[in-house]
Amino acid sequence: MAKGKVTIDENYCKGCELCVSVCPKKVLKLSETRINEAGYNPAEVVNDDCIACTSCARMCPDSAITVEKID
Amino acid sequence: MSVVYEKSKGLTDVKLHYCPGCAHGIVHKLLAECLEEMSETENAIACVPVGCAVMANKYFNFDAIQCAHGRAPATATGIKRVDPSKIVITYQGDGDLASIGTCEIVHAAARGEKITTIFINNGIYGMTGGQMAPTTLPGMKATTAKHGRDVKVQGNPIRVSEMLATLDGPVYIERVSVTTPGQVAQAKKAIMKALKVQKEGLGFGFVEVVSSCPTNWGLTAVKAMEYVKEKMIPYYPLGVFKDLTGEGK
Repeated sequence: MAKGKVTIDENYCKGCELCVSVCPKKVLKLSETRINEAGYNPAEVVNDDCIACTSCARMCPDSAITVEKID
Repeated sequence: MSVVYEKSKGLTDVKLHYCPGCAHGIVHKLLAECLEEMSETENAIACVPVGCAVMANKYFNFDAIQCAHGRAPATATGIKRVDPSKIVITYQGDGDLASIGTCEIVHAAARGEKITTIFINNGIYGMTGGQMAPTTLPGMKATTAKHGRDVKVQGNPIRVSEMLATLDGPVYIERVSVTTPGQVAQAKKAIMKALKVQKEGLGFGFVEVVSSCPTNWGLTAVKAMEYVKEKMIPYYPLGVFKDLTGEGK
């Protein structure tokens, strides 16, 4: 299965959790320790199980997520 | 490493002012992605509404005009008739399109104007603080329907796609939603098709997006998407209501 890498532009994230809710591999979680410049807890990557399915990025209303496929 | 998904170049770098989890952002980027893929960002003009999306012109990396409340289809009609080579889109919410702008959308559709309308239906007035909209579900609470909409007093919701599909003017009408990545993909297909209907000069295309309003519904973004699935979609069924392109679904 393909491997992928998710990058979150933290200052665009509003912590809505839609990305977290649709990730089939539970790669994302809202940070419990950090806040961004707007005061939200941004989503962060918690493991390296990403399969580059892009579900998180497609659901992100703020276009904060970039997905790369590791060849 | 290869990038498989990144922010559309059809959007600017301005941060969206929408509440966390608001589906406006999802639909904005679908429109931007479609125009980018059609190589029409330089040629597009969006007519943006009054409502939460009133500042959408700051987010679209293509030309846009803010229209008087509900009058986006009239503005779009003028632009398209003056310069038929442009791709003209109206982007409207339910307060804008289904209430104050009912006249404009019905007549633009009936005339078969060669424009594309994207209609965001979240069953409530978002920007003004959660008042009842024409699309508010029976029993659904709003600041002007404290105990839930009573159809005996406040009347019945309007299913705009079905209503417009009875007219001879429109070429393509579909209702979609954006509650899952699969539905987002379907919504993109529908928007792309509606834009192609315009580009090929076939006529009026209309895409209704059943959307959410986490803030005024008093739900988290994720719970609001579940509400759309459980309550909104049964009342506003998804699907193609009119398709004269001959392509079927």
